[in-house]
This record gives sequence, C-alpha cells and structure tokens, in this order.
Amino acid sequence: MQIRTPEFKESARIALHDVGLQKALGNVKNGFPGKRAAAMARLPEFDALRDQARDVKNHVIAHLDLYLEQFEAKVLENGGHVHWCRTSEDARQTILKICREQNARTVTKGKSMVTEEINLNEFLEQNGIQPIETDLGEYIIQLRGEHPSHIIAPAIHLNLEDVADTFHAHHHTPRSVDPKVLMQEARERLREKFAAADVGITGANFLVAETGSSIIVTNEGNGDLTQILPNTHIVVTSIEKVVPTLEDMTLFLRLLARSATGQECSVYNTLSTGGRRPGDQDGPENFHVVLVDNGRSDMVGNDFQDMLRCIRCAACMNHCPVYGAVGGHSYGWVYPGPMGSVLTPQMIGIEQGALLPNASTFCGKCESVCPVHIPLPKLMRHWREKEFEKHLTPRTARWGLGGWAFMARRPALYRKFSALSNAALRLMAGKKGYIRKIPMVGAWTDWRDMPAPSGKTFMQQWQEKQRSGH
Amino acid sequence: MNETIINQTTAKAPVVGLFVTCLADLYRPEIAFATVKLLELAGCKVEVPEQQTCCGQPAFNSGDRQTTADIARQTIEAFDGFEYIVAPSGSCIGMLHHYPELFERNDPWFERAMSLKSRAFEITQFLVDVIDFTAIESRFSGHVTYHDSCAGLRELGVKQQPRTLLQQLPGVKLTELVDSEVCCGFGGTFCVKYPDISNRMVSDKSTNIANTGADTLLGGDLGCLLNMAGKLKREGIRVDVRHVVELLADMTSQPPLASSSYDLATKV
Repeated sequence: MQIRTPEFKESARIALHDVGLQKALGNVKNGFPGKRAAAMARLPEFDALRDQARDVKNHVIAHLDLYLEQFEAKVLENGGHVHWCRTSEDARQTILKICREQNARTVTKGKSMVTEEINLNEFLEQNGIQPIETDLGEYIIQLRGEHPSHIIAPAIHLNLEDVADTFHAHHHTPRSVDPKVLMQEARERLREKFAAADVGITGANFLVAETGSSIIVTNEGNGDLTQILPNTHIVVTSIEKVVPTLEDMTLFLRLLARSATGQECSVYNTLSTGGRRPGDQDGPENFHVVLVDNGRSDMVGNDFQDMLRCIRCAACMNHCPVYGAVGGHSYGWVYPGPMGSVLTPQMIGIEQGALLPNASTFCGKCESVCPVHIPLPKLMRHWREKEFEKHLTPRTARWGLGGWAFMARRPALYRKFSALSNAALRLMAGKKGYIRKIPMVGAWTDWRDMPAPSGKTFMQQWQEKQRSGH
Repeated sequence: MNETIINQTTAKAPVVGLFVTCLADLYRPEIAFATVKLLELAGCKVEVPEQQTCCGQPAFNSGDRQTTADIARQTIEAFDGFEYIVAPSGSCIGMLHHYPELFERNDPWFERAMSLKSRAFEITQFLVDVIDFTAIESRFSGHVTYHDSCAGLRELGVKQQPRTLLQQLPGVKLTELVDSEVCCGFGGTFCVKYPDISNRMVSDKSTNIANTGADTLLGGDLGCLLNMAGKLKREGIRVDVRHVVELLADMTSQPPLASSSYDLATKV
C-alpha cells in the first residue's frame, strides 16, 4: 500500500468537504460510542477487567519470547507449522511459498489488518494468485480497489448508495438499495469462492500459548468458511497477539466485543488448534502460523512499548473527534485514528509519519476508552519529541516556539511581551471586542474571530493595585 | 477532606499562590481577579508570585522537553512554600501535574515536582473538593450551558465541581450541552496547525451550543472559551461566553468574551 501519510493535511481538507464521507462518518460517531457505553453499563466490573487486561498484557510483553516459544511448541505438537518473519517481505515470501506448494490459484481471506500491513493482496496478485476478501466490508472495498478506512469496519466510509453502485457495476445485477438483496448477492458470490479456494488466510485476534490455538472473532462467519474449507489454512498475525491461557483469552474477548461494537460477545468466536486430525470430519490438512514482527520487537523496551497492548478494538478511533472529522483514509496508511497515529510512525518512520501524532488536540478521549489503558496522548507526544529531536518540526513552528521559549524563561521580559501583545490586540480591535483578521494568524482568523483583551494584562493591573494599596 | 481538618485545627488562612495562566493574563484579567475574590471569600490568603510565566504546555506538546523542564523548574521555584497553587484552568493545572514526568526519579527536581503536583488545583476543584467552600453568592441570572474542557475533565476529574457551585446560584438555569465532553477543537497549537479540522470541531460545538437555547456559555478554560467565542461571533450566534468564575465571583459587569460595551449597548 502506497504511503500517503505526508499528504495528511491535504487529504483531510478534501475529506472535510466530501459530503458522502461526512454522512458515513456520522454513523461512526452516532453508533459505536453509544453502544459501547451501554455495554459497559451492563457490566459493572468492566473497569476492573480493563486493569486486569493491562496487567496481563504487560506481563506477556515482559516475557514475550517465552510465550511465543511456548505457542510455537504447541502448534508443532498439534501438527502445524510456525514461520517467524522479521519483515513484511519475509512474511510475503513465506506466504507465497506455502501457496505455491499448494499450486494455489485462489486464496480466500478473513479480515486481517496485518495482511494490509504487509501489503499481501497486491503481492499475491502480482504473483498470479487471486486473493478474495470474504468479510462483507472487505469484499466491498476490494471490488472498489480501496483499502480499509477503519480497523474493524473497513467500509465505514461508504453509504448504502455506494455499495448499491459498486455491486451493480461488478455483479451486473439490477441496482438495489435493499441491504438484504445486497447481502444475498455477496453471499452467493462468496459461497462459490469459499468452495473453490486452495488456501484460506485469516488473521488472529489472539494466540493462546498454552494450547497453540489462534482465535478469530467475526460477526459473519466468513472466517470459519475461510479456514475450514480449503486444504491449507494460514494464520497471518503479529507477535504481540499472544496471551498465556484460554482463560486470559476470555478476559480479552469480554473487553474486545464491548469496546469495539458494544456487543457482549462477537457472533462467531472460532479457535483453530492445528489442522485436521485423523478421524476429523473436516478442517484443513495443513495449518501454518506466520508470525510477523515488522518492528514490534523493537518496541519492547522503547518509549512505545505500551502500544503493544493494543487489541485492535477501534474504540480509540470510534471516539476520536479528529478521526470523526476526516475518516480513516486521510491517515494515508494502514492504521488510522489514535492507535494509528502511534503505530504508523513506528512502521513507516517518523520522517514520513510525523503529521499523525501531531493531529491530536490531546483531548484524552482515546485513552479514556482504551480497554487496555494505553496512554495514547502520551505516546503521540513521545513521537513529537522524536520529531523535535530530529529537527523535523517545520521551521516556522520551531522559530515561533524558540522565541516564545526564550521569553517564557525570563519572567520580566515575558511580562513586557505580554503587555505589548495585549496592547497590540486591543489596538487592532478598536472599539469592538473582537478582531476579524490578524496578519500571520490566518489559521485562526480565517475561521473565527479573535476575542480582544478586555483591558491591560492581569499582571499590570495587579501591580498597579498593589502599588496603590488596593 | 484532610486539608479542611488541618485548616480548621490550625485556624490559619491557607496561603494560596495564584497561577494566573498566560491566557487569562493576556486576554481576560477578570478571570484571575474573580479567582482571587473566590479564594479570599473562601478564607484564603492569595499571593501572585512574580516569577511565574507559562506552564510550559506549548513546549511540552511540541516535543521540546528541555524547554519544558526549564519552565517547570522556574514554576516549581516560583511556587515554593505555598500551601496550594490554584489556577482558573484545568489545562494549565493538568500541565503542572505532568511535571514529574520530566525528571528522572533520582533527580531532586522529581520530588519537588511531585510536591507541586500534590498542591496544584483547578479553582472549582479547589473550592469544592479541597476547602469545601460552596457558599457562593451572585446576582447573575440567566440561562447557561457548560462545556467540559478536556484536560480538566480527563486529567483532573473536573466535572461536578462547577455544577455544584452553579447550583448555589438561584438565578442560574443550566441546560446541559449535547456532547459537552467532546473537544471543542482548540488543542493549543492544534488549532493553527490543523485549522480545517479544528474548524470542523468548533463548528459542531457551536451548533450544539446554539441548540441549547442558552444565553450564556460557561467553561473553565480560557483557551477553549476563546475558540468557541471566536467561532460563535464569526457565525453570528448571539451567545455570551464567560469563564465560570466570573459568575461565581459575581463579576459579570464587564462584557462577555469577543464583545464590547458598545455591543452590549446596541444589543438592548
């Protein structure tokens, strides 16, 4: 996937004027937060579970090597294969090799953000293998040649009319805006694909070290058909998904569904523990787990380690006013919203990713809804520190900050400067209580008036009062 | 609270250092005077240390830790010896609460930063939670709504305190704002770094404010209030914008934000 993060501001500007997108984003703001709040209210121990989940994740990160090795040993014991992939390229080559061994022509796919991260679909196509997305949202955007705009609702940027147009164009059926009809169309087409696929690829929401299982949660059941019907099942996932036990997994499942969609539990919770055993009625012959690192092991022990707790519920973006204004595609790479603003610079570099951690008012809503207490504003601030250290901050901002900092460390000078600014602003305002346009501060006055100071600075007035003895 | 007990037993007026905040200093001194008045009504002795400037938040949120630490040390020294540090801003007090993050644990400044943090309060939080002073009197009467500024709300837990105080005023009718806890789009330098996005956020906020039917918008952070007042003025939505302490201290004779006495005269 082409990195368009450096164009964030321009993309955001276009997104703000996209009427259809703005309508669709209303569904995020008016849907997910209310559902999450209701689900939370029904579970009094929700906050206690969040603390527990944070602690489990911290424990796992501190012993990541041990749990991953335990997981690997169990997968091997169950007759499966584990592939350790340091980079996206390693992962792509590994997956291609497995597909080639099966002479695969088509691959069905369950929803997976890690496969987006490693740009798998494009790579498979280039190598003559057709990937078919089977999650309804993913299916729709694949037809449209788009990428997900949200990590759990990939087509959330679209309206019903868009889907109707897309299906009409690609399915060559009469245009319908009836969701049931559209769903049926997708279902019929996907059934054929499920049956014909040579390989099924899914992600994993969690990996269970004690059993060597991976689990996916879906609401459509497409993941089950993807992994059970083909002869080969490849789980493509990342190393931080491992949890110690099945019991730990259930803790995270309780938090995940509620945080994500406000459901008590996702509709399908499907565990895969190895391939088909002798006597099993169904299941794939071959079971592979591709463990992608892609910079994650570098995060262990660095400023961004807390981010490894993320369970990809999307609560942060569902509640983010910036995401809600500009949508996921504006972020210009795989992961949008606050979690993306922390992960993206780690994966594509701060040089290309710096606009994202800056695109936050630090309102703190994301942190307040995170099921594993990731201090997202703090992590975004750490990226700003890296940006500052590397002198990547735009020059005008740097000079402005430098000038201000010089005065802020000199109280007497600072007071003089404040008095001067105060007088200048009052002069500009004249008799009005506000200023319509201030040169060089167009970013403010293009959109809003600048209230004028009501009088001299407090410090001036306070000192006058002190001198006159009140 | 423990502090109340201590104050009663020692029967000594607590000495409060006022952290003026740059924006109140520059734009609206009345907010700082109202804060002084409230603190004095609550039985405190108020001083204004001269060595204070800004809390350092612009540097902190721009990734400049060195400057932030310099300013933090300056602020810590300025408020050395004060029992309490109070400001009419959740955002600036929230920044003071970040100071310990700037120093290594074995640095002597870490302990001093922790001490400052334990003594620093936003004004409504201080009145309600710390010294339990709610005997507010104000002649103000009107229909108000309230915006919960993010830093005060989520970093300090300021939510009920201003409402508790406003309830003491018989002339005030409060209509809660839809999405009162959603950011107004100010965000310090955010509003000039991402003006389009900021504008969308403050536009949504203005619409919600207008929909309450209130005559006055209140809040506890001047940054957010400047943003909202500027937007309401530009859109021609006639809602007075004031810091909550102006009402609580019965100091509403000056025109609201982004207005002048001239405006008031023509409005009647």
